[in-house]
Amino acid sequence: MTTVRIRVPSTVKQGELFEIRTLIQHPMESGQRVDDNGRPVPRKILRRFVCTYNGVEVIAADWHPAVASNPYLAFFARAGESGSIEFAWTDDDGTLTRETATIQVT
Amino acid sequence: MILFRLSHGLVAALVLLTTGVAQGDDRRPPRSGLEFVAPGLRQLQEDEFANPGMLWVMRGNQLWREPAGAANKSCADCHGKEAPENAGAAAGYPRFDAARGRPVNLESRINLCRTEEMRAPPLAYESEPLLALTAYFRHAARSQSMVADDSGAMTAVVARGRQVFEQRRGAFDLACRHCHELNVGKSLREERISEGQSNGFPTYRVSWQTLVSLHRRFQACDTAVSAEPLALGHDDYVALEAYLARRGTGLAIETPAVRR
Ligand code: HEC
Ligand code: HEC
Repeated sequence: MTTVRIRVPSTVKQGELFEIRTLIQHPMESGQRVDDNGRPVPRKILRRFVCTYNGVEVIAADWHPAVASNPYLAFFARAGESGSIEFAWTDDDGTLTRETATIQVT
Repeated sequence: MILFRLSHGLVAALVLLTTGVAQGDDRRPPRSGLEFVAPGLRQLQEDEFANPGMLWVMRGNQLWREPAGAANKSCADCHGKEAPENAGAAAGYPRFDAARGRPVNLESRINLCRTEEMRAPPLAYESEPLLALTAYFRHAARSQSMVADDSGAMTAVVARGRQVFEQRRGAFDLACRHCHELNVGKSLREERISEGQSNGFPTYRVSWQTLVSLHRRFQACDTAVSAEPLALGHDDYVALEAYLARRGTGLAIETPAVRR
């Protein structure tokens, strides 16, 4: 079970820049470590993150094994219309974690 | 597990530093470990959103509401729908459990509710759900002052804890107090030695990339001086925990703290 935290202001003024903050629980196992018995620990990372605002991409990122576990990401978007902001993280094994926030533009 | 170990050179320096140093002064107000961390970690701890330990607090909040066990009850059913109604209690563990005739810490108190009130299997020490519930409960008591029960049957437990704190151990023959009382503020392996207070536990360790319980921190410190660590939940670790609570009385709860 993946725990996700999202912070988006509930209301913003039209045309204003606002901050979006995300935090997701994930080991981001690099695949380069060995366990206590000397066996390699298989790689397991989130390899892609995408955020869309009313269907339009705000940010897309490809992540690599050097990203620390429990990745935190903050970025800005400009307020267009009220609607939804969608977040999606794709795991190495294809698992998709999704989250949605709503925003009111005044 | 990634643990730090001391080099002989470092220890020689520490031992030199400890000779001829006066006894620790009990009357000084305790200082939180937060005062000793690098500014970046301090900022991360104080950022209620970016603090990675909050992921466990959130998970604890979910678990709080999930029914479990043969009784099909959730913690929320008995202790408050929105938040723990008795959150303040978290600031005062370990306590003496008269019915069982032993001291219990928060982790074992939660497991007693699992086994006896919910008729569910106990959660393993250091397992994600137990860390999450412990962090959730302690976080609900954030900013409240640590209090310690050192009366009645707890007097002997606190005294035992102090004994353990002052006992030399391991190949390096160092006691907790050699570092956390006599060398406070000195640098050791890129870290400044703090007073070894417990007010921020469970704590997120950036170098381990996970939340850790107080007992796991004890194990890491024992390993650092090449002493055999005790089992998580061991009586002597519970006693140490009780002594640290006495020693840290008045410090604000900071769970989840962020450390290197
Ligand atoms: C069926 C009711 C019930 C459920 C469910 C239950 N508890 Fe309890 N809990 C109690 C009772 C009763 C006590 C007081 C026991 C005592 O004082 O001896 C208690 C005490 C506690 C305490 C100590 C509080 C204090 O004042 O010292 C904590 C912490 C706690 N429970 C956490 C939990 C958690 C976490 C869960 C879910 C995993 C849970 N409990 C589920 C009934 C319940
Ligand atoms: C060789 C020195 C050394 C010894 C001996 C030692 N520790 Fe530590 N301890 C450290 C260092 C270094 C840290 C990490 C920096 C800090 O927070 O002090 C630490 C951290 C801690 C912390 C976490 C403090 C915080 O704010 O997060 C606690 C609690 C602690 N130690 C307790 C103990 C106990 C109990 C013992 C004895 C069983 C002990 N230590 C023995 C060096 C030591």
